[in-house]
Amino acid sequence: MRSVLAWGLVALLGAGAFGAIALHRGETVNGVWFVLAAVCWYALAYRFYSAFVTARVLAVDPTRATPAERLEDGRDFVPTHRWIVFGHHFAAIAGPGPLVGPTLAAQFGYLPGTIWILVGAVLGGCVQDCVILFCSTRRDGRSLGQMARDELGAIGGAAALVGVMTIMIILIAVLGLVVVNAMKHSPWATSTVAATIPIAVVVGVYLRALRPGRVLEATVLGVALLLLAVAAGGWVDHHPLLRGWFDHDATPLALAVIAYGFAAAVLPVWLLLAPRDYLSTFVKIGAIAALAVAILVLMPEVKMPALTPFIDGTGPIFGGKLFPFVFITVACGAISGFHSLIASGTTPKLLSSERDIRLIGYGGMMMESFVAVMAMVAACVLDPGVYFAINAPAGVVGADAAAAVAKISSWGYAVSAEQMAGLARDMGEQTLFARTGGAPSLAVGMATLFASAFGGSLLAAWYHFAIMFEALFILTTLDAGTRVARFMLQDLLGNVYAPLGRTGWTPGVLLCSALVVGAWGYFLYIGTIDPLGGINSLWPLFGISNQMLAAIALCVATTILVKSDRARHAWITAGPLAWLVLVTSTAAWEKLFSPELRVGLVAHARDLSAKLASGSIPADKLHQTSQLLVNDRINMALTALFLVITWLLVLETARVCWRWRQGRLDPPLAEAPYVRSRLPA
Amino acid sequence: MKVLRRLWQALRHLSGDDAYERYLAHHRAHHREAAAMTRAQFFRSEQTRKWNSGPQRCC
Repeated sequence: MRSVLAWGLVALLGAGAFGAIALHRGETVNGVWFVLAAVCWYALAYRFYSAFVTARVLAVDPTRATPAERLEDGRDFVPTHRWIVFGHHFAAIAGPGPLVGPTLAAQFGYLPGTIWILVGAVLGGCVQDCVILFCSTRRDGRSLGQMARDELGAIGGAAALVGVMTIMIILIAVLGLVVVNAMKHSPWATSTVAATIPIAVVVGVYLRALRPGRVLEATVLGVALLLLAVAAGGWVDHHPLLRGWFDHDATPLALAVIAYGFAAAVLPVWLLLAPRDYLSTFVKIGAIAALAVAILVLMPEVKMPALTPFIDGTGPIFGGKLFPFVFITVACGAISGFHSLIASGTTPKLLSSERDIRLIGYGGMMMESFVAVMAMVAACVLDPGVYFAINAPAGVVGADAAAAVAKISSWGYAVSAEQMAGLARDMGEQTLFARTGGAPSLAVGMATLFASAFGGSLLAAWYHFAIMFEALFILTTLDAGTRVARFMLQDLLGNVYAPLGRTGWTPGVLLCSALVVGAWGYFLYIGTIDPLGGINSLWPLFGISNQMLAAIALCVATTILVKSDRARHAWITAGPLAWLVLVTSTAAWEKLFSPELRVGLVAHARDLSAKLASGSIPADKLHQTSQLLVNDRINMALTALFLVITWLLVLETARVCWRWRQGRLDPPLAEAPYVRSRLPA
Repeated sequence: MKVLRRLWQALRHLSGDDAYERYLAHHRAHHREAAAMTRAQFFRSEQTRKWNSGPQRCC
């Protein structure tokens, strides 16, 4: 009775908070309502829906020995305490996505993005992570690709593999672009981000040679050096000579990032990758915790309206109407196909009991979704005019300050050139205009919150700390992702020419790394020369591919549910699957065939070729324009590929499930046999 | 005081700082006859193992 009362109160509180956000008709709404609504919503979802999913649908069995127990080898398979596994799993799934996506989605106002972050996570993302973790645990930790092949057949497996590789390439490219846009013409940001490389090397050497295994010591050293780097950046900014060394345009910075990516992928892991990974995990967790505290302490007013007129598709940051593009843009904040790779990676090999699947699978994604909510709040505490001034590309609002503020003010979002200039000065930047990609505007929001909550008006230092924190773990995702993609490529090519498959063979390593880096480097380069701002085309491409992978994971999950006699409950995955397929198909279709130049690739390509043919492109832009045209065609091919892969998987799922219901049990369910657990409960 | 010590132990466990101690305990319990790896060797092997398997970081 007491429990019913308590949960009733939580529900009431949550509903009240939601009401405050959704029905507010005043100037601003307080950010604390977002946090309150989110926390109540998650509490209810975890207590009731995740309990239903794990106990009734999946029927997790605490008496069953997990692969960590059965196959314990002290290395890969190690029964681990649930909170440790939670930490590892969360650190692995928490990437820059939930920070960038909601910031961009704020173009539509705070409401659509926030609703999708909450609803999509609880009904879609958390369910996906949880079910895939369960399926992989029951299959001795098999990966998503392997499970797709086992349960759906060869076509399913191949589609999953192609899907994963293409997502990685586009993901790395778009994240690279986000970092480049934060660094362009910003000596402070560039020097700080550049400093993270030698700092990582120092930490790497410390951990390898000086004090092996002393992770905490090395982290303290690394974090201290990073903070020093942020401060030193300010000094570089004021030094006339050094300033010049670090002041670069987007394209040279992109080339630097590409060179870095290649170096990080071929150098030994202990030198660069591993220490970066440690540092970025700790800094990320610290910064997110600090953000949560700042929002709770400061209780900032959210100045962005609930809805903006740009839900009609005329938005400056990226083209596309509310449906389907808010879902594509939020991506990782609600559902992320990438998580299914992590949930079928090392995590299932660490579980001590199936009981932990609820906390780690469902709870981990909930935490990530909460990060997305906070990112939304941090983005929306900016004046809408400032938000758009920072995030709108020059190709849309004009290249100089006066034109930009005039345009943005004409949309109804007041902003002035003096205001932007003052803000830039405060943040230690030459200009904040057209710093697209979400990272700078999030950093401005975070800096404003940190400076007010934690005292001191070192806005510039807080801003560059926020930039450094985002760049730190974007670059770690970039180099770790390149390495994984290289493994996959070597694996694939090893079937054609055996020596390439050997991870120790240096020429093979160099070649495959070059191919992977070349692939994402190409998209990154195009992003820097695109007048519409590369984010406009790259982020939707990333979003579509990410949601496609989530659809693939849900296809596998649904098939497994049907095959294990749980068809009655298969709607928990089939429902989100249907929604994702609808959203990705509509988005892919619109990306291909929309008549709007900023959305539809065919229309954009046609426009560019017409301009090239009529000679209306100035001579210095001719080469770039034809490069953009080629890129349009490549993006068209990729988008069509995503569409085909998604439907291939859906049809395969339908086919296998149908045959199974007819009694044709093929391919058979691949679950590992039941063995009773001997671990203490 | 005890709370602080528990917190510190938890931090060491979560960050992987005490991984070598746990390995030694596991080794003593199960593989007494073989020689245990030194701290440096253990750390090296852990890193190789961790970075040679699957996607480590997400979007």
